[in-house]
Amino acid sequence: MERAIVLAASAIGAGLAMIAGIGPGIGQGYAAGKAAEAVGRQPEAKSDVTSTMLFGCAVAESTGIYGLVVAMILLFANPLIGKL
Amino acid sequence: MGSEITVTGPKALFQIGPIIITNTMVTSWVIMAIIACVCMYLTRNLKVKPDSKRQIIAEKIVLMVYELIDGTMGKKWRHFAPYIAGLFAYSFFCSMSSLVGVKAPTGDLSIIIGMATITFIMIQVVNIKYKGFVGSLKRFAEPVPLILPLNLISEVATPVSMTFRHFGNIAAGGVITTLLYAALAGLSSVILKIIPVAFIQSIPIFQVGLPALLSIYFDVFTSFLQAYIFCMLTMVYVSGAAE
Repeated sequence: MERAIVLAASAIGAGLAMIAGIGPGIGQGYAAGKAAEAVGRQPEAKSDVTSTMLFGCAVAESTGIYGLVVAMILLFANPLIGKL
Repeated sequence: MGSEITVTGPKALFQIGPIIITNTMVTSWVIMAIIACVCMYLTRNLKVKPDSKRQIIAEKIVLMVYELIDGTMGKKWRHFAPYIAGLFAYSFFCSMSSLVGVKAPTGDLSIIIGMATITFIMIQVVNIKYKGFVGSLKRFAEPVPLILPLNLISEVATPVSMTFRHFGNIAAGGVITTLLYAALAGLSSVILKIIPVAFIQSIPIFQVGLPALLSIYFDVFTSFLQAYIFCMLTMVYVSGAAE
């Protein structure tokens, strides 16, 4: 019974942790939009703009990745079950 | 239907003393050997005037790395090129190795922690080299000594965030690919139930071709991007440490 409660709570927790994905989604969309604007203004700087945007996107992604790592730990390597 | 979907970490193969050898470690050794062999093959019989395609390819790779370093760190950091190129090649081919069906070494947290630790040590060494031992410690108490704990945390957060970014991207790609394969197997077994022959029902027909589209993104694009990001962050942090 306790095990079932812990498992269910872990699954819900993993789902909640993935709410962190909202932030990077907004941030990357904003970065990509601004990059599209920049390329529209200066098409000759396309490669520079693209590499800068990819770099910024990857950095903005890290908060989402933290949520993902927490969710994966809860799902595949649950530390809470061992504490029962 | 109802088959178990399992997502596993690295598997221990054998043990030498206290060190456990996992399958991702063996894969990464094979990749290191392949990279070393390719490098040795490309740089054999170098001439001032290149007369073989081999040397032109080698020169092109070196020039690309130099260009990347010039753009990010400046010309005086060109002695860093071998490390950056090695890091990039190792990370890229390790992530791409999931294309041939083995577990990607970069989907194993320990291997990425190793890579990030090297970068972290390098940042500290460059800091001490350029500012002196006392000067490198002084930067933790800037601008006011009050934020010393915050500075220490952000110093440690650098390798941690690099590790999780790389690991999370590759591992999530692996998980999604596993889920997709299971879903496609379920789909084909549901649809093929119309045909009452047991042999045909067992063929997971939708697993052919469709995952290739996803693997273009998750294996090729993500591998390249994460290797690039890891090298870029290394370069930015290391050259930032010297200022």
